[in-house]
This record gives sequence, structure tokens and C-alpha cells, in this order.
Amino acid sequence: MSIIYVLLSISVIVALGFFIAFVVSVRKGQYDDTYTPSIRMLFEDEIVKESKKDQPIETNDKH
Amino acid sequence: MEQCAHCGDSCVDETVYHKEMSFCCNGCKTVYELLHENDLSYYYELERTPGVSPREFEHKFDFLDNPSISEKLLDFNDEQTSVVSFVIPAIHCSSCIWVLENLNKLQPAVQVSQVNFPEKTIRITFRSDRISLKDLVLLLSKIGYEPYISLEDSNKKDRVIDRSLIYKLGVAGFAFGNVMFLSFPEYFEVNEFWLDRFKPLFRWLMFAFSVPVVLYSAQDYFISAFKGLRSKILNIDVPIALGILVLFVRSTMEIVFNWGTGFFDSLTGLVFFLLVGKFFQQKTYNYLSFERDYRSYFPIAVTRLSGTSEEISEEQIEVYEIKKGDRILVRNNELIPVDGILIKGNALIDYSFVTGESEPVARKSGDKIYAGGKQQAGVLEVEVLKPVEQSYLTQLWSNEVFDKDYRSIFQSLTDSISKRFTIAVLGIAFLSTLFWLVYDPYKAFNVFTAVLIVACPCAIALAAPFTLGNLLRIFGRMKFYVKEASVIEKIAAVDTVVFDKTGTLTSGNGHHIIYEGVALTQEETEILNSTLRASNHPLSRSLYEMLKVNNIRTLDAFEEQVGKGIEASIDNQLIRVGSYSFVSEGDTSEQLPLTTANKTAVHISSNHLYKGCYVFQNHYREGLSEVFGSISEDKEVVILSGDNDGEREHLEHLLPKKTKMYFGKKPEDKLAFIKKLQSQGKKVMMVGDGLNDAGALKQSNVGIAIAENVNVFSPACDAILDAGQFEKLTDFFQLSKRGMQIIKWSFVLSLIYNIVGLGFAVSGHLAPVVAAILMPLSSISIVIFTTVATRFYGNRIFKINKP
Repeated sequence: MSIIYVLLSISVIVALGFFIAFVVSVRKGQYDDTYTPSIRMLFEDEIVKESKKDQPIETNDKH
Repeated sequence: MEQCAHCGDSCVDETVYHKEMSFCCNGCKTVYELLHENDLSYYYELERTPGVSPREFEHKFDFLDNPSISEKLLDFNDEQTSVVSFVIPAIHCSSCIWVLENLNKLQPAVQVSQVNFPEKTIRITFRSDRISLKDLVLLLSKIGYEPYISLEDSNKKDRVIDRSLIYKLGVAGFAFGNVMFLSFPEYFEVNEFWLDRFKPLFRWLMFAFSVPVVLYSAQDYFISAFKGLRSKILNIDVPIALGILVLFVRSTMEIVFNWGTGFFDSLTGLVFFLLVGKFFQQKTYNYLSFERDYRSYFPIAVTRLSGTSEEISEEQIEVYEIKKGDRILVRNNELIPVDGILIKGNALIDYSFVTGESEPVARKSGDKIYAGGKQQAGVLEVEVLKPVEQSYLTQLWSNEVFDKDYRSIFQSLTDSISKRFTIAVLGIAFLSTLFWLVYDPYKAFNVFTAVLIVACPCAIALAAPFTLGNLLRIFGRMKFYVKEASVIEKIAAVDTVVFDKTGTLTSGNGHHIIYEGVALTQEETEILNSTLRASNHPLSRSLYEMLKVNNIRTLDAFEEQVGKGIEASIDNQLIRVGSYSFVSEGDTSEQLPLTTANKTAVHISSNHLYKGCYVFQNHYREGLSEVFGSISEDKEVVILSGDNDGEREHLEHLLPKKTKMYFGKKPEDKLAFIKKLQSQGKKVMMVGDGLNDAGALKQSNVGIAIAENVNVFSPACDAILDAGQFEKLTDFFQLSKRGMQIIKWSFVLSLIYNIVGLGFAVSGHLAPVVAAILMPLSSISIVIFTTVATRFYGNRIFKINKP
């Protein structure tokens, strides 16, 4: 029955762990700008695509 | 009309064609080429015409050569790497983010660049051994993203970002979630062996979670309530603080004496929801900085001249280092930062910033010039009379109005309701306690606390922030940027509207020009135009643009006399353009000046014969009559102008008869005028355009600045209205009033919840489950109601009035 104490302490520790993670992330400034990353996320693919587009042109020149 | 492929403006003056695309100016074309060459043309795919036309910036950033200034701007600096943050007002779309974050394609010395879109800032990490800060700034300016560097930035190291609200919210949310779990078993009141056994443990855990919520997360409410009580105001935070306190004390007593589970779930939930509301409120109007003082308009540095007359050395120094007796250089389009004496150069100073007079003033060497003017013709050398702190403009700004926090006098709707509300709740609490003391003394304490708990005006406290927060967003979308929520309440209450004239009712560009007098011959017009073309005076330029005669001829002689006019000749044909006294010199005929007293006019004479004059009429904003007509239906309308009264007749014709007009008012007069109105009990809205109205804007109950470019210009006012939205002014009044109605309805709605809750409480049946359901339910339904209602009215008002 003392298992409930173990479980409770584990659950509280896990919760505290998440809470500390939250505080750390705020302190690092992750919550300062919640808008730009949502747009930036959409760019990454396009940049990769573009550099692919460029590469064949460069190699063509070399050959 | 063609549209510029870079900035989207229509190509008015000239069209530059490049690769089958049209650009409005060479600047736009250059940016396009630059981006195209560096594989950045995706910029134009992301959004249509995303660009901003680059402006002139030659010499503007020379001050960055001074290491002590650039050092102050850097966030971090070691031998190789530097980090700097800039505010770039031009950031406006996803293309902007993309191109700015790919800066290293343009300049490999840039290592990382990161944009914060809501705050319009960019943080750049760069190799300081390979590129200087100045070159970096020039690169940004070249592609149209000119950083805004002000004096405030130079001491930004002291600035700390306040993140306490998000911590408080985090603590409250964390505790709320855990307490909910722990209190769940007891909601069903099952008498099970295990539950009974662990009840005390669960309860004390809940207590442990609630302590930081009360002591840390809710501390703002206690502080605010305490402050309110000390200044004898029953603000909305008083009943909230009381509710939180009673919740905590009663719950603790319950678990100490083993009466029940307590209300820790409601307590943490209540604080959590309140903080969510507050967080939302903070987010909504974090994006515009309003509180800028005169310092933001001053250049951060000036060029100081030193050395002997043979060998003059230029040196960039900070504005605060200017001392009396220094010689400084003021370039074209620069703001004069200090009072001084003009030593060299032709000064043509635009004081509209300070006095509101729209025509530039000419000054000769030896004349005194005041801070705040903008030089418009060439380079000036000025000897400093007073340092920045003592100059005329600084003194105007340090007027007491700017120090006094007059907001505390204003009582918001929420506060006035909460006053009655608190009194009513305390009344009910005491009455029901009295009743139960007689009837069943054991229940008395129970009922007393239950009433205070259930009546905690969580929903009322949320109604105003959410309604007004939504309105702020709707206004923002219509390009009317309001500083804070309480301003909307004040707009709804306004009964007198005072307008400035220049720049507010008139638009900054585009004059109506009318010719009066003897008609000019074709030849004379051509000579006139060729003369005007050579002149730099703003009036000449406007006139030149209007005439648009193509046949430009080479002048035989040309002389411009500052403050008087121009004399030019071709083939023995002499023409004089300028003031009447200058033009009519040597006029043999008896021709009198036309009736142009107090009007801005350019006179013409040909071969010493007076011909006539071009009269400049201000160009009034579209929809002016309509706006005035509908505002004057239920409000008093006044025009206060710094200009002369030359436009009086014209305005009287345009505006409703009730409009009062006052001309020739200096900034101090405007301030005094507003004060006088207020002492008569009027609630005054001042609509002005800038710095010269700053005192009046601040003094008035609601100060609205009209700005052609919202990003650049934001003086100390309560709201900024985009100049193009002037005709919607009435709609904003209407919607503000609707907003007040919505808040009142939400109060009624939350009162209904309170009455239901009070029913439970007074009869002594308030179980923790009931409280835990009722309180979040009321909060959430209020949030939904206000959001839906504001959206509905926002759409209706702005759709009906759309052309």
C-alpha cells in the first residue's frame, strides 16, 4: 500500500520536472516571440528547394 | 497606372523598366537586382510586392564611425563576433522575415540574423573583424530596411525584459492542473477505505500547491487592492483579492479541522483564469511602442567641427556631448538638435514639427535658430547656444503635463461597477451571516465565506479586458492603433473633439494651386518653369510639379535670394518669382497685390511688370465634411491651428456651422485651451499630427495622432490613426460605444451566474464541486460572449460603411 506514496512522489517529481523545464525555457527567451517561428518554419523547405535548383546550374557550368 | 514590382506603389513620376517589370524608382530597381543576383528572388514569390522603397541615407549613419557610440549599440562584442539588435519599422510581412534572415547570402560576414516579427526587431550576429557596424546598417538601408536608431537605444543595456507575468501564469497553471487531479477523487464523495485513508495526504498536497499561487501568482491583485484601499477607491481588485484570501483561509481551516476538502481547485483555477486574461491583455498591445519622448526624434549623434579655419576636422559626437560654443554641421533633412546661431549656409527650416506652421522659414547667417526644425536646403554650420537639455523643444516637452500621471483620475466602467458590486456583496454576506447566526450558528461562518467566494467577480474582471482587447485588435486591423484598453472607454465618453489643422485636416502632400492675375504667355510659362526647376525651395518644387511644362530652356542668369525669391533671365526676358515685395520692386505700373493677405502665395513678375500669383490652398483630407458632419451631431467640434487664418473662409464653407475655429495658436496656447475646456467639465479628444501638439495631446483625455507613416511617427499620444483612415473616425466612435454596451451586458451575464451561486451559498449548500464548476463556467462563457459580440459589431460597422 505504501506504493501510493511512491507513485505520488514520482508524479509530483515528474510534474516539477516539467515546471522547471518551463521556467528554463522562459528564461532563455523562448516565449518572447511566439509568432515569428511559426512563419520561419514554413521557409526552411523552400530554401532547400532553391539551393537544389541552383546546384544543377553550377555543375552544368563546370562540365 | 503601373504598379511597382518591388514596393507595390503606383508609378507616378517615372517608371523604370527592367526585365519586363516596372519599378517606381531606381531605388526599388536596385534592391530588386541586388536580391536577384544573390539568389534571393524567392522574396518576391512569398508575397506580392513585399518591398519597401529605400530612402536616402547618405551620411545619415556616419555617427557609427565613432567607436564609443557603436560600442553602446552592441549587445555583445568580443574580438571577432558582435551581436546587435535593431528596430526596423519597415518589417511588415513574411517576405521581410525571410530576406532579413537570409542576410548572410548578401553579406557573408553576417553569421546569424533573427527577426522578432511582433516587435519588429532583428538580432544580428556578425564578424566584427570583417564588417563594421556602419556597413551593416548601410546594407540594411540599401535593401529598404533602414534601422531606427534612437538615443534610447544607446543606453539599452539597462533594459531588462519583464517576464514575471508568464512565470506567474506558469505557476498558477501548474498548481491548477495538479490540484484538479488531487481533488478529483473527492468530487464523487465515495466512502472508500483507500480514499479515506489518503484524504489528509491529498489535501495537504493541494495546500502545498496553492501556497505559491496565493503568495506569488496572485500578488498583483493583493498589491493593487491594497493600493486602491489606501487611496480610498474600491477597484475591481478589492473583491478579487478578498475572494482569493477567503478561499485560501477557509480551505486551510477546512483541512486543518477536517471539515472537508476545501476549495483549492477553485482557488488555483480562479487565479489561473484571471492571469490568462491579463496575459491576453498584455499581448494585445505589446506591439506598438508609444511612450517615446522628444529624444527619440533627435539624431543620436552630430558632426562637430573643430580646428582652425584653414584646417577643419569633422568629428562625430553624441548629442549629449554638445557643449555651448561648439560648432556643428547640420545636413539636408536633418533635425536641428539644439538652439544655436547660424554661421554658414542658407537655412530653410521646416518648423512644422514644433510650431505647426507648414511653410519653411528662411534664415541668414547670424540668425538664431531653434531646436526641432528640419533643415531643407543644403549644409549648415551652427554655433551651439544651449545644450540639448536646455533647448526650446526640450523645455516644451518637460512641461508638467508629461510628468503627471493623470490616468489615476479617470474612473473606468469596471471600477465604478465594482464599487457598487463590492458594497452589495459585503451587504449580502453580512445579512446572510446574521440570519444564520440566529437560525443555525454553526453554519454562519460557512455561509459568510461561501458568499464571498462565489461572488468573487472573476467574470466581471475578465469582461472588460477581453472586450476591449478584441476591440483593440479590430481597431488595429483598421489601422487605428490604440495604446491601452482604457482609452477605448475614454473615446466612448468624449463630448468635445479638438482638431489641429496642418497635417491633421490637410494631407501632407498635394496642394491645390490656383493662379490669380494676368494670364502668362506660353513663353513666360516656359521661362517660369525653367526657373522653378533650378530652385530648391519647397514651394518652387510643388509649383514645378504642377506646371509640368516639358520645354525646359537654359537660363542665362539665375539668382536665388534666400527669403525673397528668384530672379532669372533668358534672351533679355527677366522673370522674378517670390514674395510680393521682391517681385514688385521696380514695377512701374500701379498694379496692386491681389487679395492674398495671409495666404501662401508665389508672386510672378515679368520684365518688372507684376503679373499675378499662384495661391497655394491646402489639400484637405477626403471625407472631411462627412466626418465633421457626423461628429458634430452629438459632440462639440473645435479647430485649433498654428497657422494664420487664411483658410478660415474655405473651412467655414466645408464644415458644419457649429464648428469653432481658432487660428495662430502656439503649442502652449493649445495646451492651455484644452485645460480650459477640461476645467469646464468637458471630456476632450485632441486630434493632432505631431510633436507640436504633444502637450495638447497629452493633456487631453484622449490624444490621437494622425500619421502618414504609422511606423515612423508615434508621439506621446493615446492612439495613432493612419492618415488614410481619417474618414473612419466616426466608425471608431461608434464601435467604442458598442464596446461599452457589450461590457455592460457581460456584467449582467456574470451577475446572473453570481446570483445562482449566491443561491447556493446563502442557503449553505455550496459544495466544492459546485464552486469548481460554476467559476470556470462563468469565466469561459464571458470570454466567448465578448469575443463573439465584438466580432459581430466590428464586422457590421465596418462593412456597412465600406464604400
